Amino acid sequence: MRTFLSRYLFSTDHKTIGIQYFVLSVLAGFVGLALSVVMRIHLSYPEAKIRLFEILWPNGAPGGVMTPELYLALLTMHGTIMAFFLLTTVPLGGFGNYFLPIQIGAHDMALPRLNMLSFWTTFLSFLVLLAAFFVEGGAPLSGWTAYPPLSAAGPIAGPGQGTGQTLWIVSIAIFCLASLFGSINFITTTLEMRVKGMSLFRMPLTVWAWFITALISLFAFAVLMAAGILLLLDREAGTSFFLPTGLLINDRALPNQGGTPLLWQHLFWFFGHPEVYIAVLPGMGIVSTILANFARKPVFGYKPMVWAMLAIAGLGFIVWGHHMFISGMNPYSSLAFSVLTLTIGVPSAIKTFNWLGTLWGGRIQLTTAMLFSLGFVSVFVTGGLTGIILGQPSLDIYFHDTYFVVGHFHMIMGVASVFAMFAATFYWFPRMFGRMLNEKLGRVHFYITFLGVYGIFIPMHFAGLAGNPRRYADFTQFEFLQDLTILHKFSSHCAFTTAAVQLLFLANLIYSYRRGPLAKDNPWNATTLEWLNKTPDAVHCGAYEYSVPGDTKDFRMQHEEAR
Amino acid sequence: MTTLWAVRLFVASDAFTFAALLLGYAYLRAHSGSWPAPFTLLPGLLLTAILLASSFSMAKAVRSPKAAKPWLLATLVCGVAFLVLHSLEWRHLIAERQVGLHDNPWGVPLFGATFFTLTGLHMAHVAAGVAVIGGLLRGSSLQALRAANLYWQFVDGVWLFLFPAVYLTALQS
Repeated sequence: MRTFLSRYLFSTDHKTIGIQYFVLSVLAGFVGLALSVVMRIHLSYPEAKIRLFEILWPNGAPGGVMTPELYLALLTMHGTIMAFFLLTTVPLGGFGNYFLPIQIGAHDMALPRLNMLSFWTTFLSFLVLLAAFFVEGGAPLSGWTAYPPLSAAGPIAGPGQGTGQTLWIVSIAIFCLASLFGSINFITTTLEMRVKGMSLFRMPLTVWAWFITALISLFAFAVLMAAGILLLLDREAGTSFFLPTGLLINDRALPNQGGTPLLWQHLFWFFGHPEVYIAVLPGMGIVSTILANFARKPVFGYKPMVWAMLAIAGLGFIVWGHHMFISGMNPYSSLAFSVLTLTIGVPSAIKTFNWLGTLWGGRIQLTTAMLFSLGFVSVFVTGGLTGIILGQPSLDIYFHDTYFVVGHFHMIMGVASVFAMFAATFYWFPRMFGRMLNEKLGRVHFYITFLGVYGIFIPMHFAGLAGNPRRYADFTQFEFLQDLTILHKFSSHCAFTTAAVQLLFLANLIYSYRRGPLAKDNPWNATTLEWLNKTPDAVHCGAYEYSVPGDTKDFRMQHEEAR
Repeated sequence: MTTLWAVRLFVASDAFTFAALLLGYAYLRAHSGSWPAPFTLLPGLLLTAILLASSFSMAKAVRSPKAAKPWLLATLVCGVAFLVLHSLEWRHLIAERQVGLHDNPWGVPLFGATFFTLTGLHMAHVAAGVAVIGGLLRGSSLQALRAANLYWQFVDGVWLFLFPAVYLTALQS
């Protein structure tokens, strides 16, 4: 019993903690996915009486028809679970924990006990968030951005704005702590624990990506923490940081004076924009590694890749205003934020062209990991280009709060990072569990998912172009949206199909974990240290020595000396 | 080195939390029509002097790790004195001047809210520092000493921003 607890539950081993993070997040991902399916069912068939909804939410769906409030509650929980417990947690907490130490030749993280603490803090945070579903009033309505006054005014603002919203903000504050512990560990490990010869510019790009991501989250979550403290005080201690003078809610005047909801927007987006890069940067590292491996070529432009990631991370902190173009900002501020935002296109394009350069002339092997990596590049470009559109105030004033934005951020932040997670799962599963994932199931999973996500999110861009607002529970009530019903139905049906195919992935995970073919030591003939079954004494070359002229085999692992 | 790096990074992160709160305070003050000016110079100056003295003694402790104990003790005394005097000031504001988190005689509720949030969070940091230094008194490695020093200097440094932002800009004329 004792060994079970210390080995599987309260382990300080980075591999176990990595798997704990991975399992928790996969679970969270499926909860978030289920919520989105429920929302799409309601959007496509707002009148349908669905027995299951009534059983799950007797108050939110009387007679099986969802109330707008329940729709908003699901939307909030979907966004929060996906953004925090999937996109933030798998790439860094899961894969980062497992592979960062062994990719730099360390035996564990620098602070193993802090590492365990950060996982359990994350777990606690997830439980507190889920608890919001079960308290009186249910989950909060204010979206994953929790804009005040709605989020600050308390139960008077609607069901879920009482205990539900309080649990939400407590959960996020706990998550901030967990991220702080995690980032301290990742940065310290990268700086202190590298094996002899592992200079910074010999590190795999995955390590660079985790390192930079940890730096971003070190600073971004600190500011969210500050915002969270203020919001909690507004809710529980009667302060007015985010509540203006003379606010009327449901015909009742609030006593608060002097605050401004804009302060929350500034603080939240100072965190919120870097959060996008927290989600997607590890994916960039993973994809760079996988593309090089399955093209049997070194990463094209290794150093520019590093500088581009650093530039993206730095710029990410000074563009938060582009989320607030219509919040009432001086037009000159909008101009500055817009120019800075468009500048991010430069390092992003450097990365994209370097990925293409890596593929150019390679001997490409279309494994599932490779397919998902190529898919990542595709959705990264698609989602990135619409970012250029939204970064301009003249266009954003029209597109703001429409489905165009929904399509954009799901592509770039959601689908891109999730594709990188799939790629990483297929690539590293043999190292994590000693068996190979089923490639045939993997390919089916990839092709349907790839077509599926385009089918879901491209129509949303068109709906947005036509002026379709986001966060509405029912479009049939509005005459000007009648013609768009077909778009939403198409989108929903693609979503149902794509969601169903994810069960195939789950089945693949479970089946291969038990029955998959046993993996060789280095099944992909990769060059990085995680494929070595021991901690090396020193490394002698860079991370991507593929097809070196004169070598007898087409890869040279980092600990091997040149012959 | 590991502990020292961990504390460096924690301090960097925490600096962002304080910076966010201070900028938020500036933002709210800029949006307020009037702002009360209830403070006199002396109490704030005394608190600052105490913290600066503690910074000095803490630095001395790290300079001479073998004879650190008396300097640590001096730092501890300063820290406790800061907490006690600061609490007395809070009590004075709350009991005698009727300043609360959401109410005060000047009709600017954000004055109390920002004051108590900023100084309260800082006091919590000082209290944590006092606890750490108390632990070090029972014997410590050089690494732990350096880490504690870094944290303590940071907390004092934060005060050097809070003092002008909160007190010096709200002095009785």
